[in-house]
This record gives sequence, structure tokens and C-alpha cells, in this order.
Amino acid sequence: MNPHARRAAAALFTALLAGAAGCGSPWNNPYPADASGGNVLYYAFNERPKHLDPVQSYNENEIQFTAQIYEPPLQYHYLKRPYELIPATAERLPEARYLDARGKALGAGAPSSAIAYTVYEIHIRPGIYYQPHPAFARDAQGRAVYQDLAPADIRDRHELRDFPLTGTRELKAADYVYEIKRLARPGLHSPVLGLMSDYIVGLGDYAKTLQQAAARQKAAGRGGAWLDLAQYPLEGAEVVDDYTYRVKIKGQYPQFLYWLAMPFFAPVPPEAERFFAQPGMEENNLSLDWYPVGTGPYMLTRNDPNRVMVLDRNPNFRDERYPDSGEPGDEAAGLLADAGKRLPLADRVVFTLEKEGIPYWNKFLQGYYDGSGIASDNFDQAVQLDSRGQAQITDAMRKQGIALSTAVATSTVYMGFNMLDPVVGGGPDEASRARARKLRQAISIAVDFEEQISIFRNGRGIAAQGPLPPGIFGYREGEAGINPVVYTWDAQAGAPRRRPISDAKKLMVEAGYPGGVDSRNGQPLVLHLDVTARNSEDKSVLEWMQRQFAKIDIQLEPRPTDYNRFQDKVLKGNAQIFWWGWNADYPDPENFMFLLYGPQSKVATQGENAANYRNPEVDRLFEQMKDMPNSPARQEVIDRMTGILREDAPWLWGLHPKDYALYHAWVHNVKPNKIANNTLKYKRVDPVLRDQMRRAWNRPVLWPLAAAAVLLALFAGLGMRTWRRHESGTAREAA
Amino acid sequence: MIGYLLRRVLYAIPILVGVNVITFLLFFTVNTPDDMARMQLGVKRVTPDAIARWKQDHGYDKPLFYNAHAAGGARVTDTIFYAKSVRMFAFDFGASDDGRDIAHEIRRRMGPSLAVQVPVFVAGLGLYIALALGFAFFRGTALDFWGVVICVVAMSISTMFYIVGAQYLISKLWLWLPISGYGETPQDTLRFLVLPVMVGIIAGLGPSVRTYRTFFLEEIGKDYVRTARAKGLTEGAVLGRHVLHNALIPILTGVVVAIPALFIGGLLTESFFGIPGLGSYTIDAVNQQDFAIVRVMVFIGSLLYIVGLMLTDLSYALADPRVKLQ
Repeated sequence: MNPHARRAAAALFTALLAGAAGCGSPWNNPYPADASGGNVLYYAFNERPKHLDPVQSYNENEIQFTAQIYEPPLQYHYLKRPYELIPATAERLPEARYLDARGKALGAGAPSSAIAYTVYEIHIRPGIYYQPHPAFARDAQGRAVYQDLAPADIRDRHELRDFPLTGTRELKAADYVYEIKRLARPGLHSPVLGLMSDYIVGLGDYAKTLQQAAARQKAAGRGGAWLDLAQYPLEGAEVVDDYTYRVKIKGQYPQFLYWLAMPFFAPVPPEAERFFAQPGMEENNLSLDWYPVGTGPYMLTRNDPNRVMVLDRNPNFRDERYPDSGEPGDEAAGLLADAGKRLPLADRVVFTLEKEGIPYWNKFLQGYYDGSGIASDNFDQAVQLDSRGQAQITDAMRKQGIALSTAVATSTVYMGFNMLDPVVGGGPDEASRARARKLRQAISIAVDFEEQISIFRNGRGIAAQGPLPPGIFGYREGEAGINPVVYTWDAQAGAPRRRPISDAKKLMVEAGYPGGVDSRNGQPLVLHLDVTARNSEDKSVLEWMQRQFAKIDIQLEPRPTDYNRFQDKVLKGNAQIFWWGWNADYPDPENFMFLLYGPQSKVATQGENAANYRNPEVDRLFEQMKDMPNSPARQEVIDRMTGILREDAPWLWGLHPKDYALYHAWVHNVKPNKIANNTLKYKRVDPVLRDQMRRAWNRPVLWPLAAAAVLLALFAGLGMRTWRRHESGTAREAA
Repeated sequence: MIGYLLRRVLYAIPILVGVNVITFLLFFTVNTPDDMARMQLGVKRVTPDAIARWKQDHGYDKPLFYNAHAAGGARVTDTIFYAKSVRMFAFDFGASDDGRDIAHEIRRRMGPSLAVQVPVFVAGLGLYIALALGFAFFRGTALDFWGVVICVVAMSISTMFYIVGAQYLISKLWLWLPISGYGETPQDTLRFLVLPVMVGIIAGLGPSVRTYRTFFLEEIGKDYVRTARAKGLTEGAVLGRHVLHNALIPILTGVVVAIPALFIGGLLTESFFGIPGLGSYTIDAVNQQDFAIVRVMVFIGSLLYIVGLMLTDLSYALADPRVKLQ
């Protein structure tokens, strides 16, 4: 190549690179170039959802989709704290009507013992319509287009978009009743059927009736045919009129209102179920479990859980407005700027499957995700603690306009003692139970959860003082809320101070284990911790835990196992000490206190009381507390329960995790809500700013390309030269 | 040859049954049907009734291999093993434990797996052979020495390192390509494939180049090469025409057997680069204790391996006229 041609080629190459870098979409943009500038929220999900049927989906990775699509009658106020139930599709919050055993109405002040049933009558708003869906499609004569298809008509249809015609219809109260009946439908495995059968009148028997009906169908050779639940009445759920339905509960269960804010109680149109039950649909992966049909702000328009899930604005969504009030400080934080605006604020939400933390985090930093959590590996890059121990965003993040949002989760992570174990739970006699209690109290002092939070959670959590996390009625702040068995109040610091280890050692002596030796037989005290340890960090936590027990001369032997074996041990009562946790289903103390309610014992009833703790007084107080409205009287009962539980120490109360989330400057109306899941409709995005920032942050670095080209040319030239020399050389060196 | 192939096909049947039995044993040693039910139903508020119903609906309420309560042939047929295996051997894979059609998923995911694996295989093979030939050409020189050293170092490094390193350099630091994902259209997909394909090629470079170089050096020392040189052929012609052709036979051993396995995809690569292929499908199934998917993927994996071995035998016969399949 002559020098002129070489210079021209170099200029062309440079111009191409500069052009590519300076204009158009960034090279590393993972989205199609024409997607930029849209009123779209971009998030990631890390596990494909198993079920999108509201009767089955319960996990976080499922409910993040279903909660945007399905609308139960109630929802939580987005901004107000403590969490407050408000109507969603309902006209108003339903009021409880009490009946005695003969069905006679009782007054509001009726004693609990007289109440045999509670009736909730729910009025839904007229004029709410379902999302466009082929199940509702009708022809000019008003006949359903896709309800009686032959298998041949379905064979080549694998996606919902293969049914081009859609329709809608008004939401009716019967759709809510239908969904309640679906809790018992054979083949669907609702995780709440067992619980709801205890409350909704007739639901347990209804499940049996439907099973028999399904068996009859199968015997008649129509096993896969649709079972129309409208033909089978359920006493506990009845339609009153088009916009009213009634739910009858056994006894009192005020927490039922919280369940009415979950997708389990969202409406399902029977025609959608019938549509998907047609022969050939299931074989083509077309099912209600995969293609939700709701009245909510969004509808699932792309369901590719291997890659991307897309929610688009439901054009038929009712007129719901952004809240115009919240907590003090919300207005100053800009959270009321959109007050009164019609929801949802974003047109589309794109969820991309991102299984690994590294790509997720880097895409967030590059502006391709609007929000992100913070993994331990990235914590120092994102967050620094100030002199008061408060989490602050780092300068690097601040420069990018990233904001930090923190909230204590309505969850608890605890270490349970198996109360059936003779050493940590005590034997049948009071003396041995007292010994075990003192042992548990000593361990409670020794295991320093503040240290654990600091070392292993980057400060993301607060040490628990009892079973209730902050944000749940009954939780007490400050000195009134400390666990006196483990803490004293440091008035100067205004914070609890863990009792000295000498107190724990004293308790060990009283328990009969001076110096960690059993005074009865002279054997060292060895305890076993059952855990599901998976990685090196888990190993470090276990070593740390052994050191905590060693403070009071107890030898702790961890027994790491896989999750299945671990569950099996806890179920059979073979674990001695174990890690466990609980996320709130709803913001009520009953949802935590029942974890220590005797009849919920894991071994006896496979309930949720994994410690198998049983204290008649606690059980009595729980039964009293669970039906009470939030009031000073209820607080008093909770205080009494908490006092007994702290003294008994069936758990090391552990910690309440603190969730940290990061959001870019273009995302607005971010307020953590640890109970509600239908919060995407409130989020607003500034797509222009996002586009600008993405371009500014993602200009490709070009010099390595040039350097690589030069190096390649150099090597090629060198190689060619050596080759030629080799090929033209002689076997013998010239003399 | 046809008789030989038929015999190999017949041999494959007990092998596949054996693999299936081992898969059953291993899976159910680690997971009980109750564990599987809990995994599908969630860990909260799961009642014994719900577990029993799930097992009944999914056919896990029977004994594993032998039903002592049944009579006659039902003792064998009324078992989880029989019920789950017979349909699979007829290539009716059924539904996963969460109700999705497995065959449909496999068809959908095969494309992305092949989109990564085929370029890695083809371009990698070409590059490895070219480099190995180059080192053989420069044998005994500093270039050869350092080339081998680099190969040894490269084969000592984990694939994870290449993945994370490539993502860091190419996508994070230099911002050239998306760090992970998969395109909407075939054209759009290309830019997502560059990085995983590059990583796949680099990860295989060390062991392959070193092995192929050994094959070439072994051939270079043979009489026919000396004869070729004596006839006045250039070193390039000797290597390209004679050495390469003869060294291809041992290369085929490792290469052809891998061709069917390209369908299965790369477990790590797909997970890190967000490729919606069969590798990540298998990993997800293992994590979610979805036995229906695990057994199908193991079955397909073993079937493809057997096919690969048969193809290797065939390719031997085609590449070397001295080899006869009987």
C-alpha cells in the first residue's frame, strides 16, 4: 500500500470510529436502539417465575409481576406509615358483621366467645374493565370468538398474540367469588388453601367436592375438561349482586382484610379459565398460569421468562390517581409532586433476566437499569458510613446522581432453639426447664448480633429486641423497647447496650454449666447448630458463631447441610439450634407472634412454630391479641407476651435486615414499601435525562482498538517476515 | 458399516437405561418427593395435605422402583421410575414440574445455545489449528517456547476468570459491547454473541493448541514428511498439505464427539452472559429441583454423547482409509 492510500485508510478508520462513538445508540446498549426515549421503566429479575396464576403465586419473583396485573379489592397506601389499607377496586374498606352460631347478628361489642362467624360484604366499583384479551373477543353477533376452538385451530398458536382478536368486559363481583373458589380447584396448588380452609366457611369441604367432581369427569373420559366452578356453590363466598360479594369467616379473623390486599383474592374471569382449558392449549404452553388476565395498571404483553418480561399499560385501567397525602416529609422529598396524576405513570416496564450479580450491577452503573440492590461485593463502592454510623452514598455514586433508599424490612432472621431438645429446651420438670432457660439467656447475651451485622452485613440491619420488627404494630422504640434479658439502656448514648459477658457466665453457672462444663457429669457442653451453609462467607459466619459461643465456654459444632436435609431435621425436631427467618405477609403482630404459638408447632402440626415453643400463657395472650384492633389494650397484651418471650428466650432474636436500594436521578416517587407489591404504577421516569446520561456514561474507549490494530499489524508483519526468511533460507549458514 | 452402526444403536439402549437409573438414584438420594413439593409450593404455610396433593397430581406419590402393594406387572409399572421413563424413551418429554412443556422449551432454547457454541466450535477449531501449526512451524524457537508457556498458563486459568475479565475489560472499561443479554432479532443478536464467543474461544485455546501442537510435532518427525521435504516442498506446503491432513485423525477424536454436545450449551457462559439457552435451563432445573427437566436433559446429554462417539467412529473411517468399521 502506498503512503497516500495508507493515510486515507487510516483517516477513514478514525472517522468511522469517531462517528460510531459520537452519534447513535451507545455500543453497549443492551436494548434495541429504537427503544430509547420511551416512558419505560427498566428493571431486572434474577429467577424465572414458576407461576403467574394469582391463586398459586406467592414468591417475590412471581408477585412482582402478578401484583401489577391483578387487582384485589384492597391495597396499601403507597406513602403512609404505619401501613394503611385503602380500597383498590372496592368502594370502601369492608366492615365486619358478626353472627352467632345460629346466624343471628351480633352487635359490634359482642364478646369474642359469642362470635361464631364474621361476614365481610365487599362492594366493588362499577365501570372497571379487564385488559384486552382474546378470551373476551366476540364477533359481530356477540358470540365468543375463541371459546370453542377445535384442537386443529390451536395447534399452531403458541403465544397469546397468535389470537389476533381481543375484547374486554366489566369486572363483576362474581369474578372475585370465582377466584376464592379457585383456591380449592384440583390441579392448582394454592399455598394458602390450608390456611383459608380454617377460616372461609366450607372451603375445606369445597376442595373435596371439587376433587370428587374432577374424578367423575376423569372417569367419564373428560379428564382435561374445564370444571365450571359456578356450578358448585361455596357457602363462605357468595355473590350478592353484580358489584357486591360476601365472604363468611369462621369466628373472628380481622387479619382477613390484609389477605384481601393480596393477589390470592384478585378477580379471575371464568371465561379466561375456560379459554385456556380448551384441548390443545396446555400442550402449547398456553395457560392462565402463564398469561395473567387482570384489571390492574399493567398487562403482561411479553412473557419470555428466559430473557425478558414486558408489562404494558393496560388501556382499560380504571381512573386511579397518585395519592395527595403521605407522611410528614414526603412533600419535601418530592413524593407528592405527582399528586392527583392518573396512574400508571410509566407506559411500560421491561424486566430483563439477570442471574448474575456482576452484569446486573454494571448495567445499573451504565444506566441500563433504573434501580438496583447492593450486593456485599459492591457495598464499599456504593455506600459509606458517616461518623454517626449512618449510611451515605459514596461520592462516585453521588456524581452519577444515584440516590440511596433504605428501609428496615418487615422481616426477622433468628436463631431458634428446638424446645423439644432436652439440653436447650429442657425436660419435663420445671428444674430442667429453668436450667435450659438460663442457658438460652446466657447464649442470648453472648451472641453479639450488632457485631454480626457490622461484619457480615455491612451494617445493613438492626439487632432484634423481640419477635416484632419495626413498622409492625406492637414494636416499641427506645428504652421501652429493649430486651432487658440481653440489654441495658445507655442513657448517654440513647441506645441499648449489650450486657457484659460476665452476666452470661453467671447465668451459665446458674444453669449448671460453670466454665462450660456440665456440673452433673463433668462433660463439656457441646451444642449443635444446623445450617444450610453454601459458600465461603457462610463458613466465616459459622466460625464467628463458634467464637460467640466460646465466650461462655460452649463448644458449638455447626452441622452444615443442604436445604432439604435441613428442612427435614426441623420438621422432625432433630435440629438443636437453627437459623430461620420470616417475612411479613401483612403488617400485623399476629403474623409474627403466631410463629411462637403452641398449636403452630412444627413437629406436632407442621405449622410455622419451628422452635416448637409452647407456653400456655403466651398461647392464651396470643388468642386474645390476634382478634383485637390496634389499640393501647392490644399494645399492652403484646408487651406482656413480649416480656414472657424475652424471659423464655426460645429464639436468639437475631436481626431485622435493612434493605438498601439505589435509584438513578431520572426515577421519581421512590419510597420503599416493604408490604405492598403493586408499586410500579407510582414510579415516574424522565426518559430524556436517562438518554443523556446513558450517552454520556457509555462513550466507547477507542484507543485499545487502535492499539490492537497496530499490534496485530506488527505481529502479522513480523510473522510474514520470519516466514519468508524461513522459506528462503538455506540449510547451511553462509560461510 | 451399517451393521456396525446398528450394533452401536442397540448398545446405546442399555447405556441410556443405565444412565436413567443412575439419574433417578442420585436425584432421589438428595431430594425426596416431599422436598420437590415444598420447592414448588413455596416454603411458607405448606400443609401436609398440600404436599400430598402435589405429589399425587405430579405422579410422585408412588414408590421409586418397586411397588410392593401392587400386583403382577404393576409392581414394576406402577412406580415413579417406570411412569416417568417410558414416555421419555419415546421422546415424549411431558411437562416440567411447574407445568411447562419441556419439548417446547428445548426447541426454543436450542437456538441461543447453538448461536454461541457453533461459532466457538468452528472459529475456535480453525484458530487452534492455525496457532498449533504456527508453533510447529516455529518449533524450537523462542516463539514456540513462549507460545507453549502461554498455553500452559491459559489452561490453568478458570473459565470464570475469562468471563469476568472479558466483561470487565470489554464491557465495563472500554464500553464496546453489552455486558450480557440476547438480541431481539438475529442481526441484533450478533453484538451479544461476540463476548461469549470470544470467551469460549479463549477458554479453550490453551489445552487445544498445546494438544494439537503435539499431534503436529509427532507427524513432523515421520518418514513421509522427510520424503516430502526431500522432494523440495516448502515447509508451508509440508505442514499444510501433509502434516495437517494426517494429524487431523487424532484431532477428530476430541472434536467430533463434542459436536452433538453443542446443543446442550455452556452452563457458566449462558448464566453470566444472559444467554437463554439449554445450559441455563439445566442449571435452573437443578437449582429448582425440577426432576422432570433434569432427567430429560441428562437423557438428551447421554444420547448426544453416544451419537458423538458414533460420529467419531464414522469420521475415522472417512478420514483414514485404513480404518474399517465392522
